[in-house]
Amino acid sequence: MIVGIGLSDYPRAPHLDAVQHHVLAARRAIADAGIAKSDLDGYVSAGGAGGMLDDAITMAEYLRIDHRYIDSTMTGGSSFEFHVQHLAAAIRDGQCDTALVTYGSDRLSATGRGLGTGGFTQPKQGVAGPAQYEAPYGNTLVGAYAMHAMRHMHEFGTTSEQLAEIAVGVREFASLNPLAIYRDLITVDDVLASRMVADPLHKLDCCAVTDGGGAFIMTTADRARDLPNAPVYVLGAAGAQTHWNISQQTDFSTSAAAVAGPRAMQYAGIGVDDVDLLMLYDSFTITVLMLLEGLGFAPRGEGGPWVQEGHLRRGGRFPMNTDGGGLSSCHPGMRGMFLITEAVRQLRGHAGVVQVPDCKVAVCAGSGGYLSAIGVAVLSSEAPS
Amino acid sequence: MTDWVKPLPLPDNVSAPYWAAAREGRLLVQECPQCGNRQWYPRALCARCAAEPEWLECTGRGVVYTYCVIRQMGTAGFRDEVPYVVAMVELDEGPRVMGNVIGVDIAEVHIGLAVEAAFIAVADDIGIPQWRPLSDH
Repeated sequence: MIVGIGLSDYPRAPHLDAVQHHVLAARRAIADAGIAKSDLDGYVSAGGAGGMLDDAITMAEYLRIDHRYIDSTMTGGSSFEFHVQHLAAAIRDGQCDTALVTYGSDRLSATGRGLGTGGFTQPKQGVAGPAQYEAPYGNTLVGAYAMHAMRHMHEFGTTSEQLAEIAVGVREFASLNPLAIYRDLITVDDVLASRMVADPLHKLDCCAVTDGGGAFIMTTADRARDLPNAPVYVLGAAGAQTHWNISQQTDFSTSAAAVAGPRAMQYAGIGVDDVDLLMLYDSFTITVLMLLEGLGFAPRGEGGPWVQEGHLRRGGRFPMNTDGGGLSSCHPGMRGMFLITEAVRQLRGHAGVVQVPDCKVAVCAGSGGYLSAIGVAVLSSEAPS
Repeated sequence: MTDWVKPLPLPDNVSAPYWAAAREGRLLVQECPQCGNRQWYPRALCARCAAEPEWLECTGRGVVYTYCVIRQMGTAGFRDEVPYVVAMVELDEGPRVMGNVIGVDIAEVHIGLAVEAAFIAVADDIGIPQWRPLSDH
């Protein structure tokens, strides 16, 4: 179960580098959990900063964690949902008792706003491995998602207005988060009027670029009993992958969420109707739509009309991304960490003005790569029955 | 030969025949002699059954399966070409391949557009497959 969470500073934190984001989030999570640092015997980092700066073994050294269990699983933005899956099993098996997961990125301060349109490679550089088959064509991160959106529109008649509704709803939550990078309310027309980055995705269909970091701590039921916070239970977690490089996506109108979602909910023993809060990876509006369909909240192909019914809004049946999401609040590159930390805040009842009433079950679904590797974690304030 | 300032592939022992064939104006995919699976990109195994794949020369014709229009791209070589189309093309032979759709008004590109391969010679041993609307045959 999850007993501690911490965030570093966001959305702009020029005083922190990637490692310091990890460290600050870790210190806050340790304090929040009410444990001693020496209690930690498991450690997980997906890295992501490059150059071995913040990989698991580097960070375990920096933090001086005497681990019995270490995991460096890196599936892009969904890494942290995979970490929950792995740690739940490791703790259940006694591989470790109390594990820390950390993430940190200084993306905004270090490189600026250009996420996803800088290309995958530098010119004149020989590209090896599977990427050599894509590099000559100048696709971008945004373009990879745009190709999904284009196919979804073609097959199902999904519209830009429907995608825009997702951005509008998330922005409403961001307007209530003093730390969110974008807080001004927007309309569907605002999204449609923003410039195209990669057709059919507009600028406001795309996530923010921020600095930020997060951490969470998982432990055994025995240890959780003596800790100050009410624990958050991991009811089920699962992951699946269809591809990594975008050209290998098998079907551009669905994703591995269609495998991982039902599996995670089956492990958890819950159905769609049991869910109170959705924390879905909103790198782009189309990401949310495809996760919703894969998880079973909307039938395949009907996600567009479904979101227009307002289910994801504040006060809706399935409020989504109550912290303001990656679209409007915090997206330092791998947002899956914040799906977990915000779900825990809600399940504890600590979410203030955006608190979802009587929030007992949250579904966190991370998307890594280009809707490539999907990790799903079902969390609850109540012990599994 | 075209002066190519965009990223170049680095041919390896699996990919070298693919790039060399494209230099000669031929498009290759792989076919598995054991299970019949056809695949792109080329691999050192059949991704379905793990057998040793063989090369299959394609007609070079297909249809646009999906695409996007890149309007913002910082990398040199591409920066000056925006907007341009990146597409997945479904070959008549089955596999999907990536490429740019060139020689066409972007507004006329759509899913289902019939296209044929056009090869750009960029090095002695490398041709880059691209796509243009299928001319009447």
